[in-house]
Amino acid sequence: MARSAPVRNASRALAWLGAILLVLGGVLAGGVIWGGATVEPKLALDLEGGTQIILEAQLEDGQEVSQEQLSQAVSIIRQRVDASGVSEAEVNTQGGRNIVVSIPGEADEETRARIEASAQLEFRPVLATSAPTNQFVGEDGVETPYPSPDPALPAEPSVAPSNASDPSWVTPALQAQFQAYDCANPPASAADAPKDQPVVACESDGSVKYILGPVELSGSAITDASSGLEQTQSGGTTGRWVVNITLDGAGTDTFADISQRLYGATSPLNQFAFVLDGAVISAPSMNGLITDGRPSISGSFTEETAKTLADQLKYGALPISFEVSSSEQISATLGSAQLQIGLIAGLIGLILVVIYTLFQYRLLGFVTIASLVVAGVLTYLAIALLSWRQGYRLSLAGVAGIIVAIGFTADSFIVYFERIRDELRDGRGLEAAVEAAWKRAKRTIYASKGVNLLAAVVLYVLAVGNVRGFAFTLGLTTIIDVLVVILFTHPMMQLLAQTRFFSSGHKLSGLDPKALGAVYRGRAQFRAPTETVRQAKLASSSREAQRRQTIAERKLAEAQQTSSSATTATKEKDS
Amino acid sequence: MANLTQFGNDLYTGKRSINFVGNRRIWFTVALLLVLGSVAVPLIKGVTTGTYFNFGIEFTGGSQFTIENAESTDQDIATEAVATAVPDAIARVSTVGDSAVRVQTDQLTPDETTAVAASLADAYGVSTSEVNTSFIGASWGQDVTRQALTGLVIFLVLTFAIMAIYFRTWKMSAAAIIALLDVLIITLGVYSLSGFEITPAAVIGFLTILGYSLYDTVVVFDKIRENTSEDGEDSPRTFAESVNLAVNQTLVRSINTSVVAALPVAAILVIGDFVLGAETLRDISLSLLVGILVATYSTIFVAAPLYALFREREPEIAKRDKRILAVRARSTSTVRPAVADAPVSAE
Repeated sequence: MARSAPVRNASRALAWLGAILLVLGGVLAGGVIWGGATVEPKLALDLEGGTQIILEAQLEDGQEVSQEQLSQAVSIIRQRVDASGVSEAEVNTQGGRNIVVSIPGEADEETRARIEASAQLEFRPVLATSAPTNQFVGEDGVETPYPSPDPALPAEPSVAPSNASDPSWVTPALQAQFQAYDCANPPASAADAPKDQPVVACESDGSVKYILGPVELSGSAITDASSGLEQTQSGGTTGRWVVNITLDGAGTDTFADISQRLYGATSPLNQFAFVLDGAVISAPSMNGLITDGRPSISGSFTEETAKTLADQLKYGALPISFEVSSSEQISATLGSAQLQIGLIAGLIGLILVVIYTLFQYRLLGFVTIASLVVAGVLTYLAIALLSWRQGYRLSLAGVAGIIVAIGFTADSFIVYFERIRDELRDGRGLEAAVEAAWKRAKRTIYASKGVNLLAAVVLYVLAVGNVRGFAFTLGLTTIIDVLVVILFTHPMMQLLAQTRFFSSGHKLSGLDPKALGAVYRGRAQFRAPTETVRQAKLASSSREAQRRQTIAERKLAEAQQTSSSATTATKEKDS
Repeated sequence: MANLTQFGNDLYTGKRSINFVGNRRIWFTVALLLVLGSVAVPLIKGVTTGTYFNFGIEFTGGSQFTIENAESTDQDIATEAVATAVPDAIARVSTVGDSAVRVQTDQLTPDETTAVAASLADAYGVSTSEVNTSFIGASWGQDVTRQALTGLVIFLVLTFAIMAIYFRTWKMSAAAIIALLDVLIITLGVYSLSGFEITPAAVIGFLTILGYSLYDTVVVFDKIRENTSEDGEDSPRTFAESVNLAVNQTLVRSINTSVVAALPVAAILVIGDFVLGAETLRDISLSLLVGILVATYSTIFVAAPLYALFREREPEIAKRDKRILAVRARSTSTVRPAVADAPVSAE
């Protein structure tokens, strides 16, 4: 017998699933052997413990930390920690002047530096500016991304630059890198760039991108920054908000040199940029010679934005500066016992689910169980890979989320199976029922999983901390769930529909048309499954005939039937 | 479980039917009572005891004890020591470095703080001077809450829009969101009643529930959409009856799904409740268990009837319903159930 279309499709889907499993498994195995990946996914702070870093506020005599400043600092540090991936770190205040940062596992140097650094502020002259995208409109009028920079392009300036503003810094390699740089998706943070080299950076809101010259002044040269209303010569005010900066001695001299060079230069060479943690927070142009070390920045500031910039310039990004007072290993707050209990409980729950499904769906239940196993393996592989490459960590809430995902995942199968049963009840043969049911179930599954995925994406993008980790787990399990239904459960059903055991509606198959009442609809004379198929065709053609009746004919027929059919079982529409 | 299969058959054909839509007054009254009760419980608790909800240390901040040079860093010692000093305080214990133990509890009064410090010093065999006490701020601060709420609101608005586009009527979105709020309020009410701590884990449980509730509603609504959109001019069922039939036809699915989703969670809750120190598991599984059950209930008893109510008033649907009822009244003199047994045998 030639293989039918469903069987071919099913084999193809299963082959895809096998390929996905093999690739993921292979990458993980490769990672374990060569790349420092671990077979067990990494655990979060609550389960594994980690590093506790205590930051102490550095206060001058008589200075007080307000609660507001502390919580502002906590929020900024949390963002910095979160910026390193889904790490489920915990940041809180302690004792009124300390901030405690707890990071799961060993804190690597990079993360530690990120937290400890009170943000790096640098002054760099602007060499070029452009719109933030990496697209250009080609000759064909279509937006095309610039190609990745060709590594063969010369990266050394042909002429030694005479100063930091010298356009000869912009080598062909840098120009290509600049064009291909996408602010929405920056390839590398400008914060890590060497200080004596030019760099590509973006405005902190992503609105402009720049080529900046080497660092000429660092943030430590600023002794004070404040916001205020612009003063005129006569002591009056113009009503405009400005940010006033005071530089230290060396800074004053350097800045005077910069000022001399930039004042009167052609735009954008007359601009200099304040770069905070790799992002340009402001790039004003030089409107005068400033030799007293007290530049002020004017622009379209409001009182609030002027104050924010002043604070950023003064403290780095933090409203007060902090110093690390201790950094120690801490154990898990919940401990391995919790995880064990969770896993045991999950296992017991799973066994209950298996018993229930077998009870409900007989041998069909094994399809559910096998699907759950496939979903489980995929979830494990995904988590292990993400924890290796993306710093994903499994918290207890994450474990609970995955256990709940059993319910979500099993529901896809239940929706599908119930549809198959519905189709059988309508008198279709199993093979036809599986295809028809899939068509309808697919829609429901996509719609409902779409809602879940939407929840996950929105929460992931907007939330911070634990909520973000949760959103990640939810999104991951939803995607895996849909994959499993498409690539495993449905193909399995297509194949099983070919077997005699299921297609003949064996009592234990869970798809017994008799038990499902297919016979119950007053067609006792058509008990055999083959007849049922014929009957289904008959039914559908008579439905067709019914559709073609005029409304008047149909109403008449209905009225007749209604009055004469005290014993006729209800026949649903084809649903 | 042949009975459930038979039950499913009867529900599918309409031979047996539970009147979710027709009896909506009863269901709405029940829902309203549940919601009122769920609002009243925290209010009464708040007025009488001063705490509306029992927020965890992550939200409120609390007290912290650090024991230096402890003889042992066994974490259970601390849990017991805190329990003897202040019975209702929940301790989060971890070891810091090699020989220090960190204990965090809810905010304690000065007297309690002294008692706990003494108890800890005693338990770990150190002098009281080696137990440092300080207070700690919330690790789940206002900013985290604000971000999470923003995310939630945007999510709900987007869901509303997407469901409206998918189902081609905003009324389904409205019914689904109202059912969602119903779930949220009742789950919170149960929380307040149980006095369990609201921890970040529990909040994440709530978020899962919101997802589950919407998910469940979409599945049932998709069947409603199918049934009602296939009803032509000459359908034998009124709009409300079509909605009701859809709910009945998906009832077995609803039961199976909620059982399968609830079983693992119930297992965690039961086991977590018996084992000392498994509070986090207990907290999150309670919110999940209650939420799953209430979400299933709410879809069937609130969302679907609400949707029927919203649509029935539409002139076209009202006209059709009236005609169907008139035909039915003319064609039969026997008393028939309101919903079921409207035969359309195609043969």
